[in-house]
Amino acid sequence: MREVVVLSGKGGTGKTTVSGSLAVLASNKVMADCDVDAANLHLLLDPVLKSSSPFYGLKKATINHEKCLGCNLCIHLCRFDAIGPGFVVDPVLCEGCAVCYHACPCGAVEMIEHVAGYLFLSETRYGPLVHARLGIAEDNSGKLVAAVRKEARRLAEEEKKELIITDGPPGIGCPAISCLSGADLVLIITEPTFSGRHDLERVLELAKHFGCRAAVCINKWDLEPENSRALESLCNRYSVPLVGHLPYDESVMEAVKSGRPVIQECSGPMEEGILALWDKLKALLELR
Amino acid sequence: MIIAVASGKGGTGKTTVASSLALVAAEKGEVWFLDCDVEEPNGHIMLKPHWHRKETVRVPVPEINREKCTLCGRCAEVCAFHALVVLPQEVMLFPTMCHSCGGCWHLCPAGAISPGWREIGRVEEGSSGKIGFVHGRLNVGEAISPPLIQAVKKRIRPGVLNIVDAPPGTSCPVIRAVEGADFCLLVTEPTPFGLHDLKLAYEMATQLGVPCGVAVNRSDGNDDPVRQFCHTNNVPLLFQLLQDREVARGYARGIPAVEVRPEWKEHFSALLAFLEKEGYARCAK
Repeated sequence: MREVVVLSGKGGTGKTTVSGSLAVLASNKVMADCDVDAANLHLLLDPVLKSSSPFYGLKKATINHEKCLGCNLCIHLCRFDAIGPGFVVDPVLCEGCAVCYHACPCGAVEMIEHVAGYLFLSETRYGPLVHARLGIAEDNSGKLVAAVRKEARRLAEEEKKELIITDGPPGIGCPAISCLSGADLVLIITEPTFSGRHDLERVLELAKHFGCRAAVCINKWDLEPENSRALESLCNRYSVPLVGHLPYDESVMEAVKSGRPVIQECSGPMEEGILALWDKLKALLELR
Repeated sequence: MIIAVASGKGGTGKTTVASSLALVAAEKGEVWFLDCDVEEPNGHIMLKPHWHRKETVRVPVPEINREKCTLCGRCAEVCAFHALVVLPQEVMLFPTMCHSCGGCWHLCPAGAISPGWREIGRVEEGSSGKIGFVHGRLNVGEAISPPLIQAVKKRIRPGVLNIVDAPPGTSCPVIRAVEGADFCLLVTEPTPFGLHDLKLAYEMATQLGVPCGVAVNRSDGNDDPVRQFCHTNNVPLLFQLLQDREVARGYARGIPAVEVRPEWKEHFSALLAFLEKEGYARCAK
């Protein structure tokens, strides 16, 4: 079984557009949406929810005022300024480190179970989809990403699927790092803008840092061909193969608006570009 | 006044809007631009500041005194983030897992742990014409960005307009960037993705108690779902920027939207007037 993780650094370069099309083209696979902050893949795949389960974040502190002697030690020790006047814990600021719980001399701090989001398992006409929704203002996004990938892997093993397509989050921080560990291939979607180039370099560094095999696809390559050439030489410098050139095509916006994967709505260079990308990915992943 | 520019979905045009707003505001008074997307900072590509100062940002991490350590295992037991593992011969630290809570050094019974320092990124300050510019750059491989975002926000100047360019998403880094703002401008695009994530971003701002308004980027003139959302939730729809290939090409080469389309300046002037009229801009000139 193989896993390809789609990342980008910069947001909005086309991760979900590409993932959605790969979901149509690949047979015998599981899809995983690991952009747990702002998941979008389900908007293209028309899923039927089969099950949902709560995702527990770290337990958060609450203070039992009957036991509290008001010594202030917890306020003094809390590095997140989460304990306010009257010894009330702000659940948004509390990171669940439990320092107050361990330190309180009168056992007044309790650590309370806390649902930080939900993990979903859905069926789509393209195969199973594992997705999630992190609660607003929650931390633990990396942990939820790991939970989504674990569930996708379990499902893929159980149903003998040969591929997992993982749609990743933007950025290079906690959820992106959690997404690329142990992946067979990181497919980076970029665009020919100065920002795209700047952010691509940081994702390439990230992949290198964690020893992940990467490949790059340039989306909207013809918007600024000169910038695309700069992206190509950046890939060369990192010895990362360029596996796709997708054109700037207004039909992408129309497809997204109608909630369908682009590959089903486009023709001409866009269709050819996506098909060529899939062929190269198949070869890199040694799929049949 | 602090205006945060956020979006939920990435790539909707936060930096396009924030940089154009800064340029228009700078024609009238002092303005600071704080790029809090420390994982992928892009504001400098549009505003091209001259750098004056760079400073590394460090967070405390445990330093273990091997002579005092009894390998009792208490530090690993209290570490909620699994950053410490006690082996038969030594204590191992996974520094990128550490949240700097201080549990281990406060609770070590042998007094063998003290806070040391580890660099996670840097804050760079400069100026672009009349715009004061600050951004953070997270070191590649670092997982935890909020302390760096906080270091950028320490540079907020009281009494003038501060524009905070937030990262995408709705989790802790965004919260850290948006909290404390007087107003949050939510930038969206007229697609189901944009609308879905606008709702999340709106919930996020509301939960923080920050009033917000919406701007539509890459509009094709048919923004009914966004309009409907704004109407239902009583959120002002402040302006729409049209889908424009020349603006997109300008962005690609680091040219701000209001320089490609000077007539768009009026949207941002109107936004500043709105903030003033509604009382969000009490301290802004």
